Amino acid sequence: MLSHGLRRSLTVFTLVVLVIVYVPLALVLLNSFNTDNTFGWPPAGLTLHWWQLAWESQGARDALWTSVKVAIMATVVALALGTLAAMGLRRTRFFGRNVVSLLIILPIALPGVVTGLAFQNGFRTILGIDLSLWTIVIAHATFCIVTVFNNVQARFARLGSNFEQASMDLGAGRLTTFRLVTFPMLRSALLAGALLSFGLSFDEIVVTTFTASSQDQTLPIWIFQNLFRPNQAPIVNVVAAVLVVFSAIPIYLAQRLSGSHAEGLTGAR
Amino acid sequence: MAETAISLRGLSKHFGTVRAVDDLDLDIADGEFFSMLGPSGSGKTTVLRLIAGFEEPTGGTITLGDEDVTDRPAFARDVNTVFQDYAIFPHMSVLENVEYGLRVKKVGRAERRKRAEEALETVRLGEYGARRPHQLSGGQRQRVALARALVNRPKVLLLDEPLGALDLKLRREMQIELKAIQREVGITFVFVTHDQEEALTMSDRIAVFNEGRIEQLAAPVELYERPASAFVAGFVGTSNLIAGEAARQVVGQEGAFVIRPEKVRLEAAAPAPSSEVCVAPGVVREVVYLGALTSTVVALDAGPTVTVTHPNTDTTIDAALERRDQRVVLTWRREHLVSLGSPDPATSPEEETA
Repeated sequence: MLSHGLRRSLTVFTLVVLVIVYVPLALVLLNSFNTDNTFGWPPAGLTLHWWQLAWESQGARDALWTSVKVAIMATVVALALGTLAAMGLRRTRFFGRNVVSLLIILPIALPGVVTGLAFQNGFRTILGIDLSLWTIVIAHATFCIVTVFNNVQARFARLGSNFEQASMDLGAGRLTTFRLVTFPMLRSALLAGALLSFGLSFDEIVVTTFTASSQDQTLPIWIFQNLFRPNQAPIVNVVAAVLVVFSAIPIYLAQRLSGSHAEGLTGAR
Repeated sequence: MAETAISLRGLSKHFGTVRAVDDLDLDIADGEFFSMLGPSGSGKTTVLRLIAGFEEPTGGTITLGDEDVTDRPAFARDVNTVFQDYAIFPHMSVLENVEYGLRVKKVGRAERRKRAEEALETVRLGEYGARRPHQLSGGQRQRVALARALVNRPKVLLLDEPLGALDLKLRREMQIELKAIQREVGITFVFVTHDQEEALTMSDRIAVFNEGRIEQLAAPVELYERPASAFVAGFVGTSNLIAGEAARQVVGQEGAFVIRPEKVRLEAAAPAPSSEVCVAPGVVREVVYLGALTSTVVALDAGPTVTVTHPNTDTTIDAALERRDQRVVLTWRREHLVSLGSPDPATSPEEETA
């Protein structure tokens, strides 16, 4: 048991941290409704004017659409490769298995500047490919794979191989077993991995900066480029608020998915 | 003997340098309740997994009926398994679980529903078809697993310690029920357990496994009354080993002998000598109250320590407790002694209870 005083100071400390993290975010959101475009405090009044301007801004709309496309495509690639990698590493015990596992997970920890530079160099100098939407997708997929791989691998570890053995024992071949048993039991893990992956890709800026061509502007890049134009500042606030929401919702959903299904999926135990 | 359901010839399974199953020959008759009994690591579960097709044998053949199934995958063998942890599919209802085997064999919807409901009736879960697995108790899950396997009417049903996760009372009930279900459906049951009482209760025949080999293969009564080795005597029930110098003194013969605790009588004074009775004086070391029985541990003057049990026909054990540290005489009928033949028996294993 914690002493009364200690518990109180921990509560205060937690609150301070939460305030430091979330007040600036709340300010962004509030300022997107602020009538005063120099963001005077307290706000003179509230308006939806900036939201309307942002909605009408072709640049912001294009950037939003680009970001959605990139995030979806990177997630699809991550789903396919991450699941296959987890399945491959699950069955076989070979020398260097842990190394392969580490190599798959590593990109999420690598500094974005390094990954970005390396990809730019790889695409342009070594492969001679022009930067495009696809180069962003490939670069994003390298760290999006991690969320899918980790989720699927954790699910496999929890399920063991008994359910699949039971299915084969009852007469189902390998494909039928995957369709009727393995996949349904992976579904929520895949969804959680996909949502996290979407969230990661959607607000990524560092790697994107190095792998995007000048025509492909994702939302974070658009924000960065319009940040220092005084007349765009209120719209940037709106876009930033949208970005926060778009990134937070998938994370929230993913967390609920992996939490609520934990009991139901352990099955027999 | 009836027709053969399973026939194993020279079956081996090595994991690295460990011989989990070592050159095994075994025939299991059609319709038999056959148990494989042994401590963990004795190879009994590996034999079951080899029959099911989850492991590939290092050598030997597996014949099911008159088909050689050694090289067939698990889904192409006419056997079904009840797993130790049941492995009931959590994303399907109870009925869908039971239907699964028929579904993947493309049995029509109406037919498979009917048969699944019948199977649930057989395990007395007729009302539970719509439930989800997580809404069931351990004993109910065990029955679902049984119904899921039985619905396919396999040639052989393999059961991998299916009662291990249940509490003692439920386990005893399920033992009786399993035996009844087996008689009802007439399918060959191959039952793996490390619980000797479970094996004795249910089986037609029992194979006692030790280090990848069968130590003894016999009906329950013979296994208990005539153990073939010190290992079997020690693993199946409690037994007292009398060997070497003690055997010369007490039995009057060279060799190793086993006497069961309930066959020994505890007396205050030596009876009149008789060629049919063995007599061994000693000192009571411990008196243990076990509910239905009282167990008395006696250190014989001849050396070994012998456990004696007798039923508690009185409502107190004060009289028995008073014997602690007293001199007593143990007697038993010579015909109850089991000779293990070998004058230098292996040490008996630790007794394992579940």
